[in-house]
Amino acid sequence: MTDINAYETAPEAEFGDYVALLKPRVMSLVVFTAFVGLWVAPVDVHPFIGFCSILFIALGGGASGALNMWYDRDIDAVMNRTQGRPIPSGRVQGTEALGLGIVLGLISVMMLGLVANWFAAGFLLFTIFFYAVVYTVWLKRWTPQNIVIGGAAGAFPPMIGWACATGGITVESLLMFALIFFWTPPHFWALALFMKEDYHKAGVPMLTVTHGRRATRVHIFAYTLVLAPFAVWLGLTSIGGPLYMAVAVVLNAAFIRGGWQIMRRAEDEAVADGYAVEKRVFKLSLYFLFLHFLALLVQGWIGGW
Amino acid sequence: MALHAEHDLHSRRRSRNTGLGIVLLAFVALVFALTVVKVRQGGLVEAFDHQPRVSLTPVEPAPKAAP
Repeated sequence: MTDINAYETAPEAEFGDYVALLKPRVMSLVVFTAFVGLWVAPVDVHPFIGFCSILFIALGGGASGALNMWYDRDIDAVMNRTQGRPIPSGRVQGTEALGLGIVLGLISVMMLGLVANWFAAGFLLFTIFFYAVVYTVWLKRWTPQNIVIGGAAGAFPPMIGWACATGGITVESLLMFALIFFWTPPHFWALALFMKEDYHKAGVPMLTVTHGRRATRVHIFAYTLVLAPFAVWLGLTSIGGPLYMAVAVVLNAAFIRGGWQIMRRAEDEAVADGYAVEKRVFKLSLYFLFLHFLALLVQGWIGGW
Repeated sequence: MALHAEHDLHSRRRSRNTGLGIVLLAFVALVFALTVVKVRQGGLVEAFDHQPRVSLTPVEPAPKAAP
């Protein structure tokens, strides 16, 4: 007698699962900031060349996302938020994600070199390496300052966009980097205060767990203070102007105020009102970055100082 | 379930194949468009054609005018 058994296995991947490996939501931030970096640069770029540059910067970012998902598959399987990702849910094999990440990374770097210039391509390669190796492999599981350093990877795209147009690095592009770099810690730690994710279960050191929530609150305030001068300084450079300056001053004042309120609160106060202030500051931080870059975009369009 | 009903597995496979097909076609179109843009930006390109041509010979410095 012959038996036919249909084993319950994980469903095969569909196209969207491979797209999900590239972290489309992170990519949208990369696209926006890289576009602003390219747009405000003092060199005119052919619109189609500009479009392709942004596309391949985004693809490079996606490749590093896939490499991150490959390496972090053990953590992702443990944490609630990430259990549904393609690898932990069994739809995509870990090695597939590794292969996809490497191949897409190489394609994006080669194409960016051909489209724009090899300096920008090298910069993109460095960014992929930084996110996939320096952050994901070396630092994420080792130090509670992981997201500070990981923030650098998210801060490179406007510099790459600028490099696509100009072929180099200037004070303007470094200040755009600083804007995102110092924005990331308060943004992320505000989220960590009210999300209370199971990072400790996964063995990832988070500041809220290793140094306590009190220290995290102090850190948030400190970073909003460090961030403000860089945001205003950017307004004094060639890509700044009255509009950007007004936006920067208002938003940074609001962000520092939010950081101050977070620092002054005790944990039981926060629990009592359901982390209302932390949630408000987190929401503000989202607008903070978006509006800064939008202001740069508009300022570049209408002309600066 | 009717015999001709499509299994979930096949619809997933089709999704992958169609998706990859679209991506590859888009890539081809992109490289072609990029080629057109790059060639137009480069201005006129003349290659050596085994015949000396004025437009390809090196420019000689103009002789200094006698004082």
